[in-house]
Amino acid sequence: MSDFTSDFWAWYVAVITLASIIACALLLYTCSTERVSEGGQTGTTGHTWDEDLSEWNNPLPRWWMWLFYITIVFGLAYLALYPGFGNYAGVLGWTSTGQFDDEQKQAAAQYGPLFEKYLRQDIAAVAADPEARAIGQRLFLNYCAQCHGSDAGGGKGFPNLRDGDWLYGGEPEAIKATIANGRNGIMPPMGAALGGDDDVKNVAHYVMSLSGRTHDELRAAQGKPKFNSTCAACHMPTGRGNPALGAPNLTDSTWLYGGSEATIMETISRGRNNMMPAHKGFLDDGKIHLLAAYVYSLSSPQPDKK
Amino acid sequence: MSEQDAYNYRVVRQFSLMTVVWGVVGMLVGVIIAAQLAWPEFNVGPWFSYGRLRPLHTNAVIFAFGGCALFATSYYVVQRTCHARLFCAPLAAFTFWGWQAVIVLAAVTLPLGYTSGKEYAELEWPIDILITLVWVSYAVVFFGTIARRRVKHIYVANWFYSAFILTVALLHVVNSAAMPVTFWKSYSVYAGVQDAMVQWWYGHNAVGFFLTAGFLGIMYYFIPKQAGRPVYSYRLSVVHFWALIFTYMWAGPHHLHYTALPDWAQSIGMIFSLILLAPSWGGMINGIMTLSGAWHKLRTDPILKFLVTSLSFYGMSTFEGPMMSIKTVNALSHYTDWTIGHVHSGALGWVAMVSIGAMYYLIPRLFGRAEMYSIKLIDLHFWMSTLGVVLYISSMWIAGVMQGLMWRAVNADGTLTYSFAEAVKATYPYYVVRLAGGMVFFSGMLIMVYNVWKTIAGERAVDDAKIPAVAMAHA
Repeated sequence: MSDFTSDFWAWYVAVITLASIIACALLLYTCSTERVSEGGQTGTTGHTWDEDLSEWNNPLPRWWMWLFYITIVFGLAYLALYPGFGNYAGVLGWTSTGQFDDEQKQAAAQYGPLFEKYLRQDIAAVAADPEARAIGQRLFLNYCAQCHGSDAGGGKGFPNLRDGDWLYGGEPEAIKATIANGRNGIMPPMGAALGGDDDVKNVAHYVMSLSGRTHDELRAAQGKPKFNSTCAACHMPTGRGNPALGAPNLTDSTWLYGGSEATIMETISRGRNNMMPAHKGFLDDGKIHLLAAYVYSLSSPQPDKK
Repeated sequence: MSEQDAYNYRVVRQFSLMTVVWGVVGMLVGVIIAAQLAWPEFNVGPWFSYGRLRPLHTNAVIFAFGGCALFATSYYVVQRTCHARLFCAPLAAFTFWGWQAVIVLAAVTLPLGYTSGKEYAELEWPIDILITLVWVSYAVVFFGTIARRRVKHIYVANWFYSAFILTVALLHVVNSAAMPVTFWKSYSVYAGVQDAMVQWWYGHNAVGFFLTAGFLGIMYYFIPKQAGRPVYSYRLSVVHFWALIFTYMWAGPHHLHYTALPDWAQSIGMIFSLILLAPSWGGMINGIMTLSGAWHKLRTDPILKFLVTSLSFYGMSTFEGPMMSIKTVNALSHYTDWTIGHVHSGALGWVAMVSIGAMYYLIPRLFGRAEMYSIKLIDLHFWMSTLGVVLYISSMWIAGVMQGLMWRAVNADGTLTYSFAEAVKATYPYYVVRLAGGMVFFSGMLIMVYNVWKTIAGERAVDDAKIPAVAMAHA
């Protein structure tokens, strides 16, 4: 596809480019052929400024002149070989997208068989292979560690991948689906639905009671009916959550955003919007397969690991 | 003697002193952000975080320090070489106070987070308008003075100052064109890759005209003056001037190699960057060869050391630049600290050192003294500057090449050998060395402040420097 909206602009660019390069050469040529005065000793131009400022009129240094000419010739040769003169594609037929495609093809041919081999095994089997885990870890450090940490320990808002606690399920296929398609975990802001700040506080104390945290029993008792009527739809009446929705289990000690009274109240009243980006299309299936195996291996006992 | 018989030194003096002040401020911010890269704990609140201080540093050193040096020297040189008093003193005074206002507004708005997001053009639209007003006034004062010159020929330094003033006006107006949304927020009128191309057309020519052509103007006056020798070659100055200002205009696309910019534009950017090598070196040759017959002065004159060493760094960085514009080299160097090293070999080695040399020449003359308070301290400043630049650029070269190689290293299974954070970790010692280099250079500026203070304290500001009769050749 042409980079230009019409042939006019292609010619416009080509003519101006060529004329400009030739102009540089002409400027250099006309100034370098001027005669030096007889006797070899060049005088000044005869002008004087600010009492004592004057100028010799020495000829252009030869080496400098040739350097200039060489760069001009190089420029013209480059434009003959590579795209540059408007729509002219260059003798070599090189394009940056072509170079990218070639390198991708070469990489696929070189590394493809290795990934194909693992792709034919199921994820649990790949996870048991120390070599495959090493590849998976290298991929993890480049693509996942920015959010989940190089030790996969996570951080506030970024799940810990080693603790065996899963928002969307820890089965190998669920992990692979999470990596490939991403997840969008939304906790809607419930402040208005629950009533005022006091109601939010009551529900927060009930939530804290679910995991056995220190809480105000009176408030928890007042919060329980609100929880059952509003929160249980996703988090279940038991508070154990629902992996199909990514609704977290509130009865354990894992807190994505923190389990203090203030943080829980903030989560309830303002909601949370969390995004695990989809990697399908960005990473090929072979890489996602190995990444899933590596992540799976982090929380499942492997025979060769201590 | 009427006022018209004397040079206007007042505005030159104001800009000269502010050159020193903003040099200290801009480089101090540079030292702070260098420390932040080595130790992120130095990021304090959103206002003094790296992301906000970095544009403050670049604006302060380029436009405050470099800008004041250009205003000061151009106003001095254009008067002295035209044998005429500066045109329109009130307008010249406006350029001084207007420019200082721009700088202060930048120092306030950038830490507050107001930015247009364009590198080296971060200031928001109300400040951009003020810049335009100041710059047009600058052009009126400068060209007005040229117009009332008493010598027929226009001296070479003024060609470079003229090109710098005209082109920066064009660059600023075109690149800063934006649609205001609120008083402190605007959006560029260009979109996508066109915006990127306009930005780097601006960005590279800011280097070419603000930081190169303008400072070549300084070089063409202060080197022959300080060396007491004629300029080496008038003819060379003609060729390299026209070739330089013409070719620079094309080089911008080399900032966008291997991006969405079409291949043809990348190719043209690359070849004109290579053609730019000889025109750039023309200035270096002309400056250094001006010393022929006066080389011995380099042993004893630290001002000349500053000026000539700056040309060596100019030559180095204008060789490095074309090399980095070659796609194959750029694929390694782009996005690494090599670029930072390259920029500072130009910014500290060339721009700062030639400005410092010119200020040491200028300041005593503006206060009626033959020379600076202490020549020994100038010498000390020279060696500190040189050591600082060398530490800075060599650490960044090593760091940059190392980063480029680490980013592209691939294992037998096709995965990247190093994660990004590993390259950051490996850069840490070089960040510390760079900080040390920056601190040495900055400390040199503090010595300059002391030396300038001792030079001007209690001295009488010269406001009656008589315009001499035009030399016989023109009579």
